[in-house]
Amino acid sequence: MSCNTWRNKLDAYADGELSSAEATELGTHLRHCSDCSAMALQNVQTKRSVAMAGKRYVPSAEFRARVLRSATPSSRREGRWAWRILLAPVAALVILSVAVGLYVAREKTTRDGVYGELADMHVSTLASANRVDVVSTDRHTVKPWFEGKLPFSFNLPELQGTEFTLIGGRVTYLGQTPGAQLIYQLRKHEISVFIFQDRSESRVVSSAPVQEFSFNVENWTNDGLRYYVIGDVGTADIEALSNLLRNAR
Amino acid sequence: MEVPDQPLSVATFEDLAVPLFDQLYNFARWMTQDPTEAEDLVQETYAKALRGFSTFKPGTNFRAWMFRILRNSFLNSRAGLKTTVPLEEEDEEGISSSEPTPERALIAQADRETVQRALEELSLPFREILLLCEVEEMSYEEISQALGIPIGTVMSRLSRARKALRMRLVTQFEGVRDVV
Repeated sequence: MSCNTWRNKLDAYADGELSSAEATELGTHLRHCSDCSAMALQNVQTKRSVAMAGKRYVPSAEFRARVLRSATPSSRREGRWAWRILLAPVAALVILSVAVGLYVAREKTTRDGVYGELADMHVSTLASANRVDVVSTDRHTVKPWFEGKLPFSFNLPELQGTEFTLIGGRVTYLGQTPGAQLIYQLRKHEISVFIFQDRSESRVVSSAPVQEFSFNVENWTNDGLRYYVIGDVGTADIEALSNLLRNAR
Repeated sequence: MEVPDQPLSVATFEDLAVPLFDQLYNFARWMTQDPTEAEDLVQETYAKALRGFSTFKPGTNFRAWMFRILRNSFLNSRAGLKTTVPLEEEDEEGISSSEPTPERALIAQADRETVQRALEELSLPFREILLLCEVEEMSYEEISQALGIPIGTVMSRLSRARKALRMRLVTQFEGVRDVV
């Protein structure tokens, strides 16, 4: 097949729309044709540029909350409670189930409370004119800044080669306990990372990313510290930043 | 986002529609080029989608369905009616799509603001198809459903949109070069 025929398929190749047989055949051609492979590379780079440039606008938290409230009829929540009332007598017959149910409900209430507070802190920080007290993209500047301000220390990840950027940090409080709030940027989004000492009475169970109040949140414990990552980016991005933090040395 | 073939409920709607909020808003801003109109459009889209959710066919693509509602709402709005441009007038000549050139290499390296300006200048049909393909990473099949056009048209329009974008980028580079 001539170069011209292949070049007409380069767009579909970059879009992942060729059949696997055709993609393999074109891949083989690209390994041997520098002109076609240069064009294929340029197509992919242009696609990437447009993808990055196109992710430009983010709705305000207020607008998101307003629309989602109207698109979430209260009937749904009432329906859930109605089911719980109907199921309660049945559950009462199985004491163990009740105990487990109560524990889970309590844990969820506690978790919702904590997540609600963290979401408030995240939004109010982003709305503030002075978001962070230490402004630096260098983890070796931000981490030492917390020395003497917090009764614990933590590691921050190397971000080179990732899409995340450290903006800075500040001291914050949750349940009268001091902790660190770090702000990371990903594209146009900002993500808060909260780090507190893990107290057994907090009863917050670690979880993979979950959605709360239209934010995605992930939390875990490590070395006596509890980490929360919260932001309006997708769960994959929250998980990616969480993994970087987990592996920070 | 294929929805399993099962009864639909308000709960299902919420689970499916909430994660699309940011994407729909971004798309609406690009379409309207105005924050207030974009908010009205997203609000209208969610209201229409919730009302018409019973007509959504399980087993089909929910994301494409939502984008189609948003786009149709926009085209029926005052702003949308003003922006419709016949596609034939938008066909661009100039940068060949099948030749490697120094311009193509330069375009591939264009910075974010330059690409944003070029996207803004594109006609609506070209801008929307590029956003759906590159930003939303929709398949040709999904784009076909969202825009209500055959897959063959998706491919040809996408090709012309890319060509038009390259032309805009070249024009911007030449503008900078002339100033320097």
